[in-house]
Amino acid sequence: MDTPVVYATPNPPTPGRPVIFNPAVCNGCNTCAAVCPEDVFIPNPVKGESPIILHPEECWYCGVCVDDCNHGGGIRLNHPLQQRVRWKRKATGEHFRMR
Amino acid sequence: MSAPSSYTWPYPIRYGQQDTHETDVLILGGGIAGVWAAIAARRTGARVMIMEKADTRRSGAGGTGVDHWNYAADNPCSTITPEEMTQALVDNHYGYRSGISTYIFTSSAYETLLEMEAMGGKVRDTDDEYKGAPFRDERTKLLFAYDYQNRYTLRVWGANYKPLLRRQCKKLGVEILDRTSATALLTENGVHGARIVGVTGVDCHTGAFVVVRAKAVILATNRPQRIFTFSSEQRGSAVHRGGSNVGNGYAMAWRIGAEFTMMEKTMRTVFASPYNFPIYGSGNMHNTWYPATIVDANNKEVPWVDCNGKILTSVEERCRPAEGQKFFLMGGGNAYPPPGLKQYAGPKLIPDLEARMLKGEFTPPFYADLTSMPWYERKVIWGLMVGQEGKTRIPIVQTYEKAGFDPAQDMLQAYDFLRGQGMAETGAPQERTFGEIGVAGGLLVNWDLMSNIPGLFGAGDLLFGSQDHGNAATTGRYAGARAALYARGVRHGELAAVQVEREKKRVYVPLAESPDSMDWKELNFGVARVMQNYCSELKNEELLTLAETWLADIEQNEVRRVSAKNPHQLMRTLDVIDILTCAQMIVQASQARKASSHVLSFNRIDYPAVDPPEWRKYLVIGRDAGGQTRVTDRPLGFWGDLPSNYGPRHAENIAAMQAAQTTAAT
Repeated sequence: MDTPVVYATPNPPTPGRPVIFNPAVCNGCNTCAAVCPEDVFIPNPVKGESPIILHPEECWYCGVCVDDCNHGGGIRLNHPLQQRVRWKRKATGEHFRMR
Repeated sequence: MSAPSSYTWPYPIRYGQQDTHETDVLILGGGIAGVWAAIAARRTGARVMIMEKADTRRSGAGGTGVDHWNYAADNPCSTITPEEMTQALVDNHYGYRSGISTYIFTSSAYETLLEMEAMGGKVRDTDDEYKGAPFRDERTKLLFAYDYQNRYTLRVWGANYKPLLRRQCKKLGVEILDRTSATALLTENGVHGARIVGVTGVDCHTGAFVVVRAKAVILATNRPQRIFTFSSEQRGSAVHRGGSNVGNGYAMAWRIGAEFTMMEKTMRTVFASPYNFPIYGSGNMHNTWYPATIVDANNKEVPWVDCNGKILTSVEERCRPAEGQKFFLMGGGNAYPPPGLKQYAGPKLIPDLEARMLKGEFTPPFYADLTSMPWYERKVIWGLMVGQEGKTRIPIVQTYEKAGFDPAQDMLQAYDFLRGQGMAETGAPQERTFGEIGVAGGLLVNWDLMSNIPGLFGAGDLLFGSQDHGNAATTGRYAGARAALYARGVRHGELAAVQVEREKKRVYVPLAESPDSMDWKELNFGVARVMQNYCSELKNEELLTLAETWLADIEQNEVRRVSAKNPHQLMRTLDVIDILTCAQMIVQASQARKASSHVLSFNRIDYPAVDPPEWRKYLVIGRDAGGQTRVTDRPLGFWGDLPSNYGPRHAENIAAMQAAQTTAAT
C-alpha cells in the first residue's frame, strides 16, 4: 500500500457542510453566492466549478441558494446532524429521521 | 482531502478608497421594511438609494417568505376595526407596544397587500385549492388563519414576495448598493444630535469606504441579535433573524443622540437556545402550525381548551372565539412575554399537561399529528403555511419530503412544549434574547416615524414595540412616503470632513494585526458572556454596574485585539462592535428602571415590586454630546388619538404617491 499524503490542517468549523453541490448540474454560475444573505460562498477560482463554501458556520439555513439555483438541483441543503428532526409513521409506528 | 485551506480573496481590495454618492432618501437595510420604504419614497418622487449589507434579492428576516399577513383589520372580511385591533394588541402587552406602528400596521395591512398583489404576489386562492374550507372566503378567495369567525389575519403565498419587491425597486429606478454595510450616521456639520446629512459604509467585498449624502435616512436594519447567546456552530437553522441582524441601526443612531425606549426588555426563550431545531421544522401547534393536533407516544390526543378552560372536542372549535369573547389573538399557547390578557387568549393545549404526563396520563415524546386532521387543515399547515413562511420552503418542506416525510402518514416529533407549552420562558436562564421573537424595544419615533434626530426615520422591527412581516411592510411604506415628503422641504446639509475622517479611521482599525489577536467570534462570545452573567434573569444594581464595567473593559481593552483578515471579516467585526454598543444600551436602560416588571420580563431583585403604578411608563434613553446617558420617560399611550394622527398623514402619503406617478406619466 502506498503511503498516504497527510496534510497538517486546522480543525474545520462546525457545521462544516451546510450545502452540497451536485457537480453534474452545477456549472459555477455563482447565483447562490450572489444571493446568499450571509455571504457564505466565494466564487471558485476555477471558472465553471461550484463556489467555495468559505464560511460554513455562518449559514442561516434559509435555503435561498437552493431556491434560486438557476439550474434546479445544482445545490441542496444539508442540515447538521444535531438539527435533524425525527418523525413516526402513525399506522406502523416506524421511526424515521431527516437524512 | 487536498483542497487548499485558504484562497486568494476573489474581489479587488480597495481599503481606504472612497466612493461618494448622493440621493434624497437613503434607506439602510434592504429587507422587507427597506424595500417597501424604497418603493414608497420613489413613488413619492424622491431619488432613493438602498444600502444593504447582504443582497436585496433575498436579504432580511422576511427575505425568504411570509405565510401570515397578520392583523389586517382593513381587509373586507374582518369584523374587527383597526382601532379595536390596535387596542387589543397594545392592551395585550399591557401598554408596552407602540400604538403608532401598530395602528399603521392594522390600518394599512390589506391596502399594502393589494400593492403586493399588483406586483405579482399571490394573495388569494385563485387555483381553488381550498374550495369549501372554513377559512376561505368564497367571494374574495382570501384565506384566513387563527380566528375563522373574525378573519383579520390572512394566509398568503409569500415565499417569492421579496424578489418581486426587489424587481419593483429596480423598475422604479431605486439605486441599490448591495454588500455595503452602513457604519455611521453623519450629522450637519458633525454636530451631535443635529439633522442627518449622510451615512458612511464599508463595501463587504472590496473593503472600500462609502459616503452617501442624503436629505433623509430611514433605518430599516432590524434588531440586535447575539447579545446574550452566541454559537456560530449551533444556531444557524434555529433562529428567525439572520447574521446580518445585529442592530447596526441602533448602534449608529445611539452614537449621534437618537432616543430609544423599552431597551430593558429582554426575555428568556427557547428560540435563543443553541439546542433549538430548525424553526417551524419540529412538531408544534402554535403560529404557523396552528391549530395542529398533538398526540403522545401512544397516539393519545392532547386536549385543547379555550380561555374559559372549556375542553374543545373538535378541530373547528380551535378556530373560534370562546363564549363571551369577541375575538382572540394568536392561539396555541404561544405566549412569549408578557402573558396576554384572558379576553384575547386563544385556544391552547391543556395547561396541566406536564403534571398529567408526570402522573402517567400521557407518555412522551409528543408529535404533531396532521394525519388525523381534516384535509384542508393538513394541506394548509404543511403545504401553504410551512411552505411559504420564511426559512421553510426549502429547509423544511422540500428537504423533509425528499427524506420521505409525508404529512398524510407521518407525525413530526415535538420537542419544545413539555415545559411551559410554548416557546416562552423555556431554555436555560442565560438563554435570553433581545427580540428574537415578540415585541421589543427600539427607536422612539413620532407619527411621521421620525426620531428626535431631524431627517432620521425608522421602519420595521427596529421601531419600538413593533414586530411582524406585515408591520415591516406597512411601516416601511409609510416611512418611505414621510421621508420623501420631508426631503422635499430641505436642502442637502454640509458633511463635516472631520466626522467622515474619524469614521474612516475607526472602520479600518481591525485590519491591524496584534500579537495577541482574536477573531470577531471570540469578541461576540465575550460580550454575550458578560450579558449572561450580569444582565440576565436576575438583576440588581451591583450586577448591572459590573455589566457596565466589564462591557467598558471590553470596549477599551479587547476590541483593539480583533483582527480582520479580509473585508468579510471586517464587516463581521464592525457588526460585533455594534452588538457591544447595543448591549451597553440594554444595560443602561436596565439600570434606569428601578422596579421589576412582569410585562417587560424584567426582574430587579433589589426592587422587587412588580409593575408598581409609578413605573408603568416608557423609559427613554439617549446619549448627550458628552457621552452621558440621559433618561426621560413617556406615559403609556403617549402617542394620543390614533385616527386623527394617522388619517391626515396617510392621506397625504397616498396623495403624494399618486400625484408623483401622474406627473411621471405625463
